[in-house]
Amino acid sequence: MSTRLIGERVKRREDHRLLTGTASFIDDLHLPNMAHAAVLRSVHAKARIRRIDASKALALPGVLAVITHEDLGAANDPMPLLNNDRGFISPRTHRALAPGQVRFVGEAVALVVAESRYRAEDALELIEVDYDPSPAAVELLAATQPGAPLVHDDTNSNIACRTPHRRGDVEAAFAKADIVIAEELRPERGAAQPMETRGCVAQFDASADHLTVWDTTQAPVSARGLIAAKLGMPEAHVTVIAPDVGGGFGVKIMLLYPEELLIPFAARRLKRPVKWIEDRREHFLGSNHERLMIHKAELAATKDGVLLGLRDVYYYDSGAYCPYGPINAECAQGILPGPYKIPAIHTEYIAVYSNTPVVSPYRGAGMPHGNFVMETMMNRLADRLGIDRVEIRRRNLVRPEDCPYDGGTVFQYNTALIHRDCDYPALLTKLLGALGYGHFKASQASDRARGVYKGIGIGCYVEGTGIPPYEGMEVRIEPTGHVTVSTGYPSQGQGHQTTLAQVVAETLGVDPDKVVVQAGRTDRFAWGVGTFASRAAVVGCTAAQKATVKVRQRALNLAADKLEVAASDLEIVAGRVQLKGVPGVGITLAELAAASNPIITLEPGVEPGLRAIEYHRPEGATFASGMHGIILEVDIETGMVRIERYVVVHDCGVMINPAIVDGQALGATAQGIGGTFYEKLHFDEAGQLLTTTFMDYLIPTAMEIPRIELHHLEHPSSLNPLGAKGVGEGGVMPVAPAFAAAVEDALAPFGVKINAAPFSPPDVLALILGGTADREEQTVPHPPHPSTGSG
Amino acid sequence: MMSSETRTIRVTINGRAFGRTIETNLLLSDFIRHEVELTGTHVGCEHGVCGACTILFEGKPARSCLMLAVQADGARIETIESLADGERLHPLQTAFAENHGLQCGYCTPGILMTMKAYLAETPRPTEAQVREALSGNLCRCTGYQQIVEAVLQAAALMRGERP
Repeated sequence: MSTRLIGERVKRREDHRLLTGTASFIDDLHLPNMAHAAVLRSVHAKARIRRIDASKALALPGVLAVITHEDLGAANDPMPLLNNDRGFISPRTHRALAPGQVRFVGEAVALVVAESRYRAEDALELIEVDYDPSPAAVELLAATQPGAPLVHDDTNSNIACRTPHRRGDVEAAFAKADIVIAEELRPERGAAQPMETRGCVAQFDASADHLTVWDTTQAPVSARGLIAAKLGMPEAHVTVIAPDVGGGFGVKIMLLYPEELLIPFAARRLKRPVKWIEDRREHFLGSNHERLMIHKAELAATKDGVLLGLRDVYYYDSGAYCPYGPINAECAQGILPGPYKIPAIHTEYIAVYSNTPVVSPYRGAGMPHGNFVMETMMNRLADRLGIDRVEIRRRNLVRPEDCPYDGGTVFQYNTALIHRDCDYPALLTKLLGALGYGHFKASQASDRARGVYKGIGIGCYVEGTGIPPYEGMEVRIEPTGHVTVSTGYPSQGQGHQTTLAQVVAETLGVDPDKVVVQAGRTDRFAWGVGTFASRAAVVGCTAAQKATVKVRQRALNLAADKLEVAASDLEIVAGRVQLKGVPGVGITLAELAAASNPIITLEPGVEPGLRAIEYHRPEGATFASGMHGIILEVDIETGMVRIERYVVVHDCGVMINPAIVDGQALGATAQGIGGTFYEKLHFDEAGQLLTTTFMDYLIPTAMEIPRIELHHLEHPSSLNPLGAKGVGEGGVMPVAPAFAAAVEDALAPFGVKINAAPFSPPDVLALILGGTADREEQTVPHPPHPSTGSG
Repeated sequence: MMSSETRTIRVTINGRAFGRTIETNLLLSDFIRHEVELTGTHVGCEHGVCGACTILFEGKPARSCLMLAVQADGARIETIESLADGERLHPLQTAFAENHGLQCGYCTPGILMTMKAYLAETPRPTEAQVREALSGNLCRCTGYQQIVEAVLQAAALMRGERP
């Protein structure tokens, strides 16, 4: 048909602006007469607010306004519940400004607007807030205990939600098992930390009653709907624009963060543009966190290591509110079985309120936690049975001939985990070959004999991607010969402009330079959901392809009419419709576009323009898969880990742009390494976050991230015409369990078990010195109410 | 706090002289971004760790978020906006585009300015040396590998080799 672009390493069209300093990030906006805002945040984890006195702040020259909850009125009603989990007991969502009660350190209490950011920050110190603090619920398991301080006084327990799930006869599976193992596993709390913090700029045009909001959001269409509703404005009078955004990874969707409402509110009230840019400390305190869960898992198997049943009851720290529902816990459950066949499964997640910042998805959204549990349990089972850790996986993998195979759990949007279009044994073979597994194992004993502690570990995952409900795309051919593609979901670095242009140009038969992509602006296309959950390739690009196919057919039909030939005899080459085999007979798309939109007459029944809008509505998630393998050495004197090899083998279906896929896989793996060794948020007993800078919350640098060897397998998805499965998050998933496995393997003579991540060199050293110590798990009594008996 | 004392400074940025009367507590990063409106220099942490705000101060890489603008009085500064020679991209910029060395691009200007100075001193670095030279700049998107490849390629281009 036309030039092949899908599957090519096309250079990104985004890059020139980003490389020359001419991109437009939120803080790069300078509007005439712009005022600047700063947020006053709670200094207590739990307190009543008796009184707020802003008089001294208002007296400071240059201060324009101090806005508290009383000023907001109905705009300060609770934010929506985005995911109404069937197990909810007491859903509670946040408000823009705390009305009389704060529930975490960092919660927004007031907004100052001033002539400069410096002046606004000075004014924060002059606002007097009379707090009445009380003890806070901080530690996850302690918060579930009777008598624990309540995060929400109108509840009788901090348990927000309790959701069981069953497949098969779990009791029978455990009763007939030759072996049952049980572990308590603890993936710790971390945060996304994109290099650009959040920000918002709003401008109100009083004459048109129109509000324009520039917002670092991953979901501008939803943000517009909520801002309009909260401010009592028609949606038509609110435009939300996601400009260049410096990384998202999940943290830039909250719907709404307080500032996304406060800044438009202030701009409308003051009739001046208002800018708010979060600083890094605020980002630690006032933007969402992710990750802490405590899993009590049990695995039942035959003596040959064939899995019979899995139980996992787990506690999920929701933070002070639960606007997302317990979505990370749900996703952890959805992919828990990984690539393995488990006939009987019982899970139950218990979401718990604590006086800490809100928890919402960060790259992987709980899937890394679930993977940490399953992969660690597989290793424990192998060790107990004396079976090689790879061999036990091989015995339980879903095989291509089993597919479609129901994995037994349910992912987001009520999507059953159905394995299809996959070949896990092939992934494993590829990984072991690349890693030299057999060779390593053969030399391990002699290394140990000379005091070199090397280990090997693998981690296998299945990643839920491309979730519903939908994305939409308008494709239109202009009389200029350009093809304009418009969609609602924005980019935070994923290169959507490039990949969308590849899909549309190849499908239509035009030069990609003729394709103009507009995304993330509600004034261009106001339907869509957002950029998260590895959706853009699967859902967005499929919508683009569908719309392009429709436009292409319209062009062919119109050309057939003009050229008096059958449409089926025509092809499109480089923007021109021509007779197959007789390229001299033809007409350009530009001419057809002009003819389709005549000034004088339009045929009855004919829609003007060469354009189409199509939506892709997947019925459920797609599933991608992969395996990571690591060879490392542990220094038993220091606990330091030296990574020798890191191999990634993955299958994300058809790759639209392999260079961008590489970048997603490498970047996700690096974030996984951060979560494995370095990144942990620490709170004190009063709920004060102790890690609020990059000096104490450590992001790995180029020195810590090793060279990663990437291998792609491409088994196309049968669920969409592109065959894409999505690639954004999977790379994070198996990193911590694979490292834990490799460190345990290296330290096998010491009997080390790693049950929590991250694990730093001091943690590893403590394990070497203390054997099988489970560090933090034993400090708090367990809650009385896991709902299952133990196996 | 609340110093509103002002001072007049003259700074040469990218070969052009700027005279401004500013408050003495104004950060150099904010001066460059919001007074001179050269917004290619980014601010990631405002405590000197992430390196996004790196500029060349008298030819040497410096964190513009850790300096006050008044400290730059009389100084010569280069920012990302000066890296390309008109329409002609610097080899670092070319190599970053060819190797997918950036995703969101927020950290990129700081990395490019750091590497410009580094490659001037170290024209033939090893991969390990490049990784060490990059270790003062955080990137959250790429995992660094494609950045390392881009820097090695840029070094080769600057040596007149085509890798």
